[in-house]
Amino acid sequence: MANVFTRMGDWVVERSPGMLPMYRKHMTEYYAPKNFNLWYYFGSLAMLVLVNQIVTGIFLTMNYNPSAAGAFDSVEYIMRDVEWGWLIRYMHSTGASLFFVVVFLHMFRGMMYGSFKKPRELVWLLGMLIYLALMAEAFMGYVLPWGNMSFWGAKVIISLFGTIPVIGSTLVQWIMGDYLPADATLNRFFALHVIALPLVLLLLVVLHLAALHEVGSNNPDGVEIKKGPKGNRWDPLKPADGIPFHPYYTVKDLFGVGVFLMIAAFIIFFAPMLGGWFLEHDNFIRANNLVTPAQIKPVWYFTPFYAIVRMFPAMFGTAVWGVLAMFSSIAVLFALPWLDVGEVKSIRYRGTGYKVALGLFVFAFFGLGAVGTDLTAELIPKLFGHVDVTFWENLFGRSMTAIYFGYFVFLWLYTHLGWEKTKPVPERVTTHD
Amino acid sequence: MANEVVDHGRRRFLTAATAVVGGVGIVAAAVPFLKSWEPSARAKAAGAPVIADISKIELGQKVDFAWRGLPVFVVNRTPEQLAILPSLDPRLSDPNSTVDQQPDYIKGPDRSIKPEWLVMIGICTHLGCVPEMWPAIKPEPFDPDWKGGFFCPCHKSRYDLSGRVFKGVPAPKNMVIPPYNFADETHIQIGVDPKGAG
Repeated sequence: MANVFTRMGDWVVERSPGMLPMYRKHMTEYYAPKNFNLWYYFGSLAMLVLVNQIVTGIFLTMNYNPSAAGAFDSVEYIMRDVEWGWLIRYMHSTGASLFFVVVFLHMFRGMMYGSFKKPRELVWLLGMLIYLALMAEAFMGYVLPWGNMSFWGAKVIISLFGTIPVIGSTLVQWIMGDYLPADATLNRFFALHVIALPLVLLLLVVLHLAALHEVGSNNPDGVEIKKGPKGNRWDPLKPADGIPFHPYYTVKDLFGVGVFLMIAAFIIFFAPMLGGWFLEHDNFIRANNLVTPAQIKPVWYFTPFYAIVRMFPAMFGTAVWGVLAMFSSIAVLFALPWLDVGEVKSIRYRGTGYKVALGLFVFAFFGLGAVGTDLTAELIPKLFGHVDVTFWENLFGRSMTAIYFGYFVFLWLYTHLGWEKTKPVPERVTTHD
Repeated sequence: MANEVVDHGRRRFLTAATAVVGGVGIVAAAVPFLKSWEPSARAKAAGAPVIADISKIELGQKVDFAWRGLPVFVVNRTPEQLAILPSLDPRLSDPNSTVDQQPDYIKGPDRSIKPEWLVMIGICTHLGCVPEMWPAIKPEPFDPDWKGGFFCPCHKSRYDLSGRVFKGVPAPKNMVIPPYNFADETHIQIGVDPKGAG
């Protein structure tokens, strides 16, 4: 039997000689730094969730009905009547939130260890494009169940484009294909969610990995292993501090997958709504174009950006400022490699100013999230009694917005003007033998 | 053949011409796809006028009617509520309705044909949510000096009982007054101007 498989293998290799070298280049002979830590799980976990979303998504489309009249009922049908339909849907909805959890951690890792810096700017840019596509994908998926939050979420997010002067209202009508989110809107979002954006995402992921494997992975020390000594157990010409991705990191990542799946399974089986954080109560009500839910807010992963919209009042007769600020809050991340030009990559060897700034940035991100989810509106009266909630919420939210953008301004000054006092960076990764 | 001199100018011209013609073709081919996203003929046809029966609306009450899929608020305002309106002017960003958000025949602080009847598209001018009516004149969590009006739950924009927007909120403009007329004493036709107006 073995002989048959060997011959089949040879048959393929003879006809496509490039396949084996490609596998080696990206797996068994991709030498990654040997000092990866916990933060390096989230890239492979993001890929795992992507696969989960694609597989469960395909099965959901088999019973979902993309029409304003039938969507809500078909989702209930999946939940109640389709064999195991509830599991497939909860895997998909929980996967969506967990996708953002791992992607946020993955991005934070990149910021903390300077993985966006030269020579990995392209890896960072492609990653940011993935993040953009992911936000669009998540938003459109959120609209599909056609509950009342779906409807009003769609309305508010599409209306963001309506604040653009002159062309705004035409653009909104063009996106919706009607005067309000309707059948046409739902159908085109379905098409984009299940075909267009997944294709874009997959292509971007391939490019992201291809760009990464060209320059090689960064590591918690921010040391370039390619510039260090050569020669390891497998290859005398490859970096001494590198180990083959397969089997070393595939095995490590499998451990991460195990832990991750336990957490995911717990949520899917015991708390699929996660108290209204992953699936919102108002979305169990059919879409109603005449009644806005009393508490309207996006799913948690959009809230930090959404809060920024609210922090800017209308000025000069237009509401575009908040929207501009929100888009800038994401656009500024694209520019990170050119804002933070400090030579030292890893937080381990960077100046105190950097560490404080990054801590404040994280605080602002969570603070904006609290404003966006209305946590602040609930907490302020509880903590301070009878006060003007709007005033204090705006004050807090505006401070957080200032810190969020201030981080990037500070980094630019800090690194361009040479204010940073760094520690000496080691020659090799700290865990080498 | 192989020894012929390559005419680079000719080659450049042909390359550029091919690129331009191809580009024009792509742009032209994109038009049907982009146009297919516009409201369809069926969606456009659904925007017919609506008759609203106001005979059952009590004093101080609000009833919503749907016109073009949009909620139209019809409010029977009390004399006290109407009396407060002019006093709010300093707190509003467009108290005299100068921005084009209403037909020409809608004027004054009450923004209506008959002062007691407010007829308004209940869509916040910020991002399109439906504001709620908070008619009571008492301090509210969102405004300690509240005199009754509309409050948008999405981004906390505030309007008075004529849909005039307050200063310092995310919404930039007053809410829209649709074209309407009184068909008779108890019926309003939404979507059509009064005879001789508009």
